[in-house]
Order: sequence, then C-alpha cells, then structure tokens
Amino acid sequence: MLTKRIIACLDVDGGRVVKGVQFENLRDAGDPAELAKAHSASGADEIVLLDISAAHQHRTTLLDTVRRAAGQLFVPLTVGGGIRTLEDAAAVFAAGADKIGVNSAALADPALITRIAERFGSQAVVVAIDAKRCEGGLRWEAFTHGGRAAAGRDAIAWAREAESRGAGEILLTSMDRDGTASGFDCKLTRAAADSVRIPVIASGGAGGAQHFVEVFREGHADAALAASIFHYGLSSLGDLKRQLGSQGISVRWPC
Amino acid sequence: MIAIVDYGAGNLVSVKKAVDWLGQECTITSDPAQVEKATRIILPGVGHFASTAALGRTGLQDAISDAIRRDVPFLGICVGMQWMFERSQESLETAGLGLLAGECERFPENVKSPHVGWNDLEIAPSSPLFRGVSSKSFVYFTHSFRVPLTETTVARCEYGGEFSAAVERDRSFGVQFHPEKSGEIGLKLLNNFCSL
Repeated sequence: MLTKRIIACLDVDGGRVVKGVQFENLRDAGDPAELAKAHSASGADEIVLLDISAAHQHRTTLLDTVRRAAGQLFVPLTVGGGIRTLEDAAAVFAAGADKIGVNSAALADPALITRIAERFGSQAVVVAIDAKRCEGGLRWEAFTHGGRAAAGRDAIAWAREAESRGAGEILLTSMDRDGTASGFDCKLTRAAADSVRIPVIASGGAGGAQHFVEVFREGHADAALAASIFHYGLSSLGDLKRQLGSQGISVRWPC
Repeated sequence: MIAIVDYGAGNLVSVKKAVDWLGQECTITSDPAQVEKATRIILPGVGHFASTAALGRTGLQDAISDAIRRDVPFLGICVGMQWMFERSQESLETAGLGLLAGECERFPENVKSPHVGWNDLEIAPSSPLFRGVSSKSFVYFTHSFRVPLTETTVARCEYGGEFSAAVERDRSFGVQFHPEKSGEIGLKLLNNFCSL
C-alpha cells in the first residue's frame, strides 16, 4: 500500500540550519548535511532544504550545502528558496537535488513550471504555495516572498493551474498555522487535495502525532511536512511513525 | 566500469551518487563506444517515454542491445525499465527496445497520478537482484505509467491494482522504483546488481 510520507524540512540561512533540531551524537547541530542524514536515519521519508537566505551571494553556499547533503542521502531531496530561472533549477539539480521547489517565481511567471518540467520531468517540480485564510475563512489567498505580499490569486485555483502547467506535487503551507503547533489546516489541505490529481504535501502547524493523523484522515493529505516539531514532545520521527502506525495510518516503518 | 547511460532526459546525478557510494567505478556517458565497453549498464530515466527516442537516434540502442546479447548485466530504472518493453501508452509512436513483451499503461482514474512515494513490494524469492531483500520492503516510486504483471515480473506492487515493480530476464533487469532514492533497501539492490 502507498504510505503517507513524513517530510522533514530544514530551513537554511547562509549554509546553516536555523530552527535547529536537537539530535544526539551530532557533532554540529547546525550543519544541514549532518541533520539531513540524521533525519533520514531516524525515518524521514524525504528531506526538504529550504534556503531562506536573503543575500544573493549565499547561492554558492547553498549549492555547496546541497552537494554535501546529497552525497550521503539516499531518500528524495527537495531544494527550494530563491529558484527564479531554469538555470537556477539546473544548478540545484546538478548539485544533487531530486526535486526543486518554486514559489514566488512561479507566481510571477507560471510558464517557469513548464520550462523546468519539460527539461527535468514533472516529478522534479514541486510548486510551493503559502496560503492564508481570507473573507472570514471562506477561501484562501496565495502569498509570495515568504508571506509578505499577497499574490492576488486564490490558492486553490493556483494549485489547479500549477498542476495543469506541469507541477508534480503541491507543497501547501498554511500561514495561519505555521509556527503555532496547533495542527495543520485540514480544511485548506482537503480543498486542495480534492481539487488536483497530483499529491499534496500539508505544511504548517504540526505539533503532535494527532495532528498528522487528522491531516491524513480529514485533510486527505498525501504527505505532511514539519520543521520544528521535534523540539516539542516527539523525540524522533521513529516515535511519530510508530504512533501513526498504531492509529491505522499506513507509514514506512520500520525502514 | 559501469556505464550510466545519458540520453538527455532528466537528472542522472542521484544514480551516480549511489553507485559511487557503493565504491563501484562508474561514468555517465552518451557515447555508444563507451557503452559497448562497459561491464554493466544502467539506464536511468525520468520524464517522458518519448525522450527514449534519442536512444535510437544516437546509436545507444544498438550498443545496449549488443551488450545484452553478450550477457552484460543491464538495469533499467523507471522509464528505463518501461523502455525494455514494446511500447507505452504515453507515446505510442515511440518504439521501445522490445526485449520484453508488453505495453506500459496509465493508472486507472480512481487513484491519484503520478504514483509518488514509498510503497511495499511482493518479491519472488529466486531473484538475484533482490537477494537479502524481503517482501514488504518499502521503495520509492514516482511515475505516471506502469508495466502490467507479465511472466518476467519478479516484484509486484499494489496501487490501483497490481503492476510490475521489477522484471527480470537472464541478466537484464528493470525496476519501476528508484533504488538510488530507496534508502538502505535500494542500496542493497544496486549492490546486488553490481555484484552479479
């Protein structure tokens, strides 16, 4: 049976992981390559490296980070943040990424999705959407630039367009829930998951195992992503997967 | 030397990385002469079945066919496996190698497509490729077309009905999943291929 994926996200700034996660037996808890490997060893089904560096000169650092992380990682690696052109994407793939994530640049130029998909395949293109409730929670609006600017697009309509332009997956982050540890936005996730035929990855709000159960059952998510959850109560991805398994959610465990 | 065949489709870095990790000498090549000299051949593939047409145009198909006739171990991954068959509904005008009989088909409408993620396998115990890998092991898939069950199937997977996750004939193998992205299980399988 196809399992529900648990994806560990590392936010990287200038080659270092911010929102550091505590692992035992790690020489350097801020090194993305070491953390990616540790997450994979403890049961992550995929790793996402999200570059949040503002400074352009950090691109070289990022590529070096991707190269080091990819060299010892044998689960899928997605790299997002600051990819604006086909050439940016090609450099990240050459460094060892399996998929790239595009957000603001795809909203500004939706044909970018098609250009990358035609060259590297749809399976390699993840369109990330930052969505925020509006009109009293009746619908969701897509935001760009790390949530600073409204894109003027309905998030669900944008997910559908992204699919039709060649996206292989949608990474959907609830800005309302992000960082709250109060649970995923299941309504948002379900609205998107039921509107497209490609997988939807839920993101934003993970605080405990029950939240993952809810987003898989009620949100119809195909995968769920978390960054900082391992600070709060759940000591490892293995624990999370054991709990999901005991509640009847199909996960890759043991792995 | 293991040849990882580059026919201009997608990203081959991950496959090379995994083979490097196993300590095996390999090279990414689009040169038929180098493929002819290889001790093993890996044909990765991501993207569209139509992209395999380049294999015929460039002489790579002849080099691969010749190597298979000489019993050189061959491994097709994802679209590389699909190409071992006669054709695919993804691009009916593109002929496959036709080493194995059959046609790749779409997933039924009642499941999401592409099939993305970790799914478990039912493995035939006799397959040398899966030596030391038990049934119910999880591997990573990402594909929109699939090979139905055939007499060459050695691993089955269930998603909208059963399909071929791996096929085998003599020393030629095909896997629909990505061993280079399937953790320890995938590395073991690649190591088995490199030790044939």
